Amino acid sequence: MTVKSKNVKIHVSHLKKNFGKLEVLKDISTDVYEGEVVVIIGPSGSGKSTFLRCLNRLEDITDGEVIIDGNKITDKKVDINKVRENVGMVFQHFNLFNNLSVLKNLTLAPVDLKKATKEEAKEQAVHMLEKVGLSDKVSAYPSQLSGGQKQRVAIARALCMNPDIMLFDEPTSALDPEMVGEVLNVIKQLAADGMTMVIVTHEIGFAREVADRVIFMDGGYIVEEGTPEEVIKNPREPRTIDFLNKVL
Amino acid sequence: MVQIITNYGSLLVRAMGQTLLLALCGLFFACILGVIFGILSVVKNKVCNVIAAIFVGVVRGVPMIVLAFFVFFGIPYLFNNILNVEHDVILTALQAGTICLALNCGAYMSEIIRGGIQAVDIGQTEAARSLGLPYWRTMQRIVLPQAIRIMIPSIINQFIITLKDTSILSVIGFPELVNSAKNVQANTFKAFQTWAIVGIMYLIVITLLSQVSKALERRLDHDREK
Repeated sequence: MTVKSKNVKIHVSHLKKNFGKLEVLKDISTDVYEGEVVVIIGPSGSGKSTFLRCLNRLEDITDGEVIIDGNKITDKKVDINKVRENVGMVFQHFNLFNNLSVLKNLTLAPVDLKKATKEEAKEQAVHMLEKVGLSDKVSAYPSQLSGGQKQRVAIARALCMNPDIMLFDEPTSALDPEMVGEVLNVIKQLAADGMTMVIVTHEIGFAREVADRVIFMDGGYIVEEGTPEEVIKNPREPRTIDFLNKVL
Repeated sequence: MVQIITNYGSLLVRAMGQTLLLALCGLFFACILGVIFGILSVVKNKVCNVIAAIFVGVVRGVPMIVLAFFVFFGIPYLFNNILNVEHDVILTALQAGTICLALNCGAYMSEIIRGGIQAVDIGQTEAARSLGLPYWRTMQRIVLPQAIRIMIPSIINQFIITLKDTSILSVIGFPELVNSAKNVQANTFKAFQTWAIVGIMYLIVITLLSQVSKALERRLDHDREK
């Protein structure tokens, strides 16, 4: 994948995040360009997920600046709900709405936020389910799906808002090994379609395959970033080398 | 026993009617108070949380019988004898009883509602918010429908407790079942038979309520499997 243009979609400068006295993110700065796939790797507790959750302000930001598509979300006056409509998120534990059918999971937000009429939303939902290979699950309930199916529905749900940016928070960490592939394939397809994505994952092989840029985080800092070739195959920082030795 | 039933049966049934009336009035306002304070205790606002906590703490910390005396005798005394308001404040036993039940049951209901909302996985909220749904919309469409399922058994249990608590309000002279039975006992001197009949009457009504509750739970479980 090559970066198609130089439009900055996500601008982060000197981002800091504390939980009480604990400093989780100490000083993070980076830009994500349109169509770019950025994969964040690093040990547990390094702040990867927190960083991702700051990008749609699921976590309040302690200090620094985050600009999503020109909207400065660190500014309290910005309508965060409007920004979130444009930023899809996929969670480790899927978080499908348990009280709603698969179809309703997909159409709820577009209809509720007046992005589409009921008919349009339904048509799009069916289309998205086809795309993730689950068109036979339209009327199923989340409890009837396997983990891999749930995660694919969750991706389809996020896509139904037609977002410009997708955030993935360890999308395969809660899956049985045999179901990891089906979810990764959907994400790869999205990458091929040119979606701007930030992915937190432990799947190093997947990172190497899909990423335009890999970020290695540790201790609340970005330790090293570059192409998969640079960071995963030829890491320079001792901390990165140490981590990759352990997981590969 | 037969004699009591033939002579006082209709009186006792009417008294049960009064018990149910009082319970319904109390529960109606208890639901409103419960929802208001339940939501105040879950919103992200310290002042609201503290107000809800004080309400629950005070009501839960005072025995119902004290609350009944306080509302029925104390409140009118406050207005008529201490504040000397122009028009005398008089509370009927039904009004005072309704206020007591509403406060008492409302406090427990608000705790049930808080517990139910907090039992819904935070991930459900995060997923809805990440799609751009505002807080109240998320509550309405995602959190509350799931929370209500969790709450239903506890709420019905609380209804049953409140129905039984109406008997405490015999102390302020409301003509509910226990109060009327006291008169029957005084007239007939047949304590065993009178209180056996009253016990059985409560038992029948509450058994019916429990059955309704079980049926409702089964239906909700069925919906979940759908």
